[in-house]
Amino acid sequence: MARTTSVGISERRKEGPEKLCGQAKYIDDHALPGCMHGVTLRSGVARGLIKSIDFEPGFPWHEYTIVSAVDIPGRNLVTLIEEDQPLLADRKIMHPHEPILLLAHADRAKAYEALKHIRVVYEKQEPVLTMEDSIALKHKIFGEDNVFKSYLIEKGDVAKGFEQARFIIEGEYRVPHQEQAYIENNGMAAWVEEDGTVTVLGSLQCPYYIHKALMKIFHLPEEKIRVIQSTTGGGFGGKEEYPSMIAGHAALLAWKAKKPVKIIYDRAEDMPATTKRHPAIVRHKTGLDKNGKLVAQDVDVIMDGGAYATLSSVVLSRGTLHAAGPYECPNVRVRSKVVATNTPPNGAFRGFGAPQTLFAVELHWEKIARATKIDSLTLRRRNLLKLGSVTATGQILRESVGASDVLERTVKDSGYVKKLKDYARWNKDKKKSCWKGVGLSLVHHGAGFTGSGEVYLASKAGVSITIDGRLQVLAASTEMGQGANTMFAQVASETLGVPYEWVEVETPDTKFVPNSGPTVASRTTMIVGGLVRRAALEMKAALSKEGLVLRTAADLKKAAKILCGSDLIRRFIVQYEKPGEIVWNDKTYKGDAYGAYAFAALVADLEIDKTTFEVKIDKITTAQDIGKAVNPLLTEGQIIGGTAQGVGYALLENAVYKDGAMVNGQFTNYIIPTSMDTPSMKVVIVEKPYSRGPFGAKGVGELPMDTPGPAIAAAVNFAAGIWLTELPLLPEKIFKAKNEAQG
Amino acid sequence: MRGAPETMTVLRPKSAKEAVSLYAQDTGAMPLAGGTDFMVLWNIGLFNNRKILDLSGVRDWRKISATRTSVVIGALATHAEIRRHPLILKEFPLLAEACATIGAAQIQNRGTLGGNIANASPAGDTFPPLLVYEAVVHLVSARGKRELPISEVFAGVKRTTLLKGELIESVELPSLGKRPTRQIFRKVGMRLAQAISKTAAAGLLTLGKGGVVEDFRFSFGSIAQTAVRLTEAESLVVGKKLAPSVIDEACRLMERNVSPIDDIRSTREYRLEVSRNILRRFLEGNRT
Repeated sequence: MARTTSVGISERRKEGPEKLCGQAKYIDDHALPGCMHGVTLRSGVARGLIKSIDFEPGFPWHEYTIVSAVDIPGRNLVTLIEEDQPLLADRKIMHPHEPILLLAHADRAKAYEALKHIRVVYEKQEPVLTMEDSIALKHKIFGEDNVFKSYLIEKGDVAKGFEQARFIIEGEYRVPHQEQAYIENNGMAAWVEEDGTVTVLGSLQCPYYIHKALMKIFHLPEEKIRVIQSTTGGGFGGKEEYPSMIAGHAALLAWKAKKPVKIIYDRAEDMPATTKRHPAIVRHKTGLDKNGKLVAQDVDVIMDGGAYATLSSVVLSRGTLHAAGPYECPNVRVRSKVVATNTPPNGAFRGFGAPQTLFAVELHWEKIARATKIDSLTLRRRNLLKLGSVTATGQILRESVGASDVLERTVKDSGYVKKLKDYARWNKDKKKSCWKGVGLSLVHHGAGFTGSGEVYLASKAGVSITIDGRLQVLAASTEMGQGANTMFAQVASETLGVPYEWVEVETPDTKFVPNSGPTVASRTTMIVGGLVRRAALEMKAALSKEGLVLRTAADLKKAAKILCGSDLIRRFIVQYEKPGEIVWNDKTYKGDAYGAYAFAALVADLEIDKTTFEVKIDKITTAQDIGKAVNPLLTEGQIIGGTAQGVGYALLENAVYKDGAMVNGQFTNYIIPTSMDTPSMKVVIVEKPYSRGPFGAKGVGELPMDTPGPAIAAAVNFAAGIWLTELPLLPEKIFKAKNEAQG
Repeated sequence: MRGAPETMTVLRPKSAKEAVSLYAQDTGAMPLAGGTDFMVLWNIGLFNNRKILDLSGVRDWRKISATRTSVVIGALATHAEIRRHPLILKEFPLLAEACATIGAAQIQNRGTLGGNIANASPAGDTFPPLLVYEAVVHLVSARGKRELPISEVFAGVKRTTLLKGELIESVELPSLGKRPTRQIFRKVGMRLAQAISKTAAAGLLTLGKGGVVEDFRFSFGSIAQTAVRLTEAESLVVGKKLAPSVIDEACRLMERNVSPIDDIRSTREYRLEVSRNILRRFLEGNRT
């Protein structure tokens, strides 16, 4: 019999061959008979009121299907956490890419052409474009104070802590928007089945978010809405919430036209209109005793939510919960808020608030090091989280704490300490054509939903066996390049004791798979993988009850007959159950914020050209504790990919906004790293198992995004002898800072 | 994708003669060479309902050949062909280097020298080397042939002095005679590949007896409306030794020929500083 152990082995990707051979069908590859192409008319003004919409006389409007807010049969709403974002603006305009009208035509170019023949007249209002203006209430654009959400974490007594401090160091740090830059743009197709079922097929992360949104839009029961994922070319959070908007639009057009409708964004529409990472301003005031031990941390976080609430409250939550860093301090206060601006809503992006606040806390160590004359490595060693440590929310860490392990391994493998000395000497030599620098970061990342989120989600997943003997994993968690399908099949096959090749993964289709929750928050392996393991154990128990063992194909056929009985399929579905030891209070923000944390450290080794101020990273060394690498190769891929995305965030990616709109919304001018710009990386996987994760696994998806920003900033500052605290670290900024430093 | 191919008329000449005559009948047609800039505009629908003059069938314009006193590069020679061509690598290495920095492999395999010139982007990376090599552009139309020094080709952002119905046939690089003592091509982009330049420099310097400068040519792209030679700095330096005071003065004079701007890619201050650094280090004889 073939090998039946799979976890810990780099199995081949389930969908790899069809992607390699060009057979995988992304949404625009699906040919739908009679399909029309939908386009979106957007506002173009940041804030105002629609006075009139004028259609140019003489244009062949009869060829078009046109949908406006009045056509919506149910509620004009993109359902998410708050009910504030309309599917189509009917009067009020809150940002420059707000959808107003939808048009569909059988010919794609003609659909776009029509947009030029509609004139919308606005009563313009002065927009609120910055966090500062929003807080200062330049205009009220959300509620009474422009604040979507705020949090407070308190541990100990911060004021008393500062009284004991030998050093008090303050700093302010800023991070910008960031584009997810998935290779496949957003796109959706929709049609209405003969029985009235509204069906959408598209590029997406969270089938059941869309399912819920469509129920409200069409005022239909859940069985009359069907959402199917097509092969998805990357998400990174960018296909978490916005697809609900596009699905709603495509479905409305299809419903009105009585024909299938596709809406495929091109890059120039996708990049400016869809969600970005939240920009943030983070202020730290830190007290330490004479030995560099933390005695007080006071952190203030402000994020820019954009025009609507979308996921901002939960992004801010994760940012807040990570704001104190992977350190133990007796007195902590974190105050945070996310404010409204008249810019397109910001949303989910790998890391989800944590890269923003971790950038601040990590770079702040360098400022502390300058003030205390204790180097930042020593400071981290003295304060990092250990087994038994108590976090800012009062969570006692009972297991799987790899902070020290990843730090020491990274420092050792990178030669960090020696390089600090060597480069300090190198940089004194005026004749050298470059400055050299190294920088360090240490982070934690909570796996799974924040706080009691997993309890509210109450996710379900399962495994099934069909009458013809096919084993399948059933989950709504989507494959989007990260390897979810492969991981599911590995967990299920190893648990069942069958070869990896025997297990298939059902397409996420709300008609066939249970709601395993959104594909976000580094939760797919730890939470959903855990559910799949439990379901597989149930199937295994059912098999052994019947005295069945799966060794051969014939065994499988026999088992199928017995387990299915008179049905076509036998499903084993399990639901999330909160481990008893996890206690969380949403009101006080105290308790076990996450079931477990993954940890990572990173050293960036770089040089800066004295002629051009360009930064070249020579080497990145990173060790990451993720509990268990179910598939080591895919894990390494996730770490390298996330780190590259973090390199872009640190050095290159500069979303430029004018009058509330992104003006460099194309890859020509919004610069992400190419393979040439991606440094060589040494990746070390550390496995400190988590007892509640399948085979010990925690999360890896977001963790690598947290580390590069602060380490690269520390290295750049060290190399050039400057103090930059805002990403991205463009050569223009380094040049300016260097000039100022030299007076 | 907003381009609608069915609305476009594509003319496909098979020879230079046919290309010229078709273009004479339809001077509004858009010439298509490698298409690397063309396709970007095509994608956003700017060529819908337009006529396209597809030059890919004109095989004569792809050749790279030597005359007794020059190398002639056909307008349709690709960046990939130019960067690897032994004659270019030997005699005009700065052009080879420039072609190697354009886009990345895919762009270099499609993009052509003639297309790069006709497109007349202020950030055209081949222009600084073409300027220091004093390239001559050979033009052809139904009215006949014409030669134009590269320095007279560019009229502004995306504008050339080409006349109606004129196509670029080839680009001729006159042999330098004496090998330069120092030479440089340096592109500063927003990243290491697929990057539009913030500044791009090409320079040649020939020293004679006693360290006196016999020949000095230096040009920048991306920091003015068109790529330019540093005529003022050049005439200052020629005939002098490279004393620190001369270098300082040359760096000061740079600004008489260039006028960088703030834009979405960089700042005026940065472009000036970096360009000046490149010039200074070149004159000082330091590797940059």
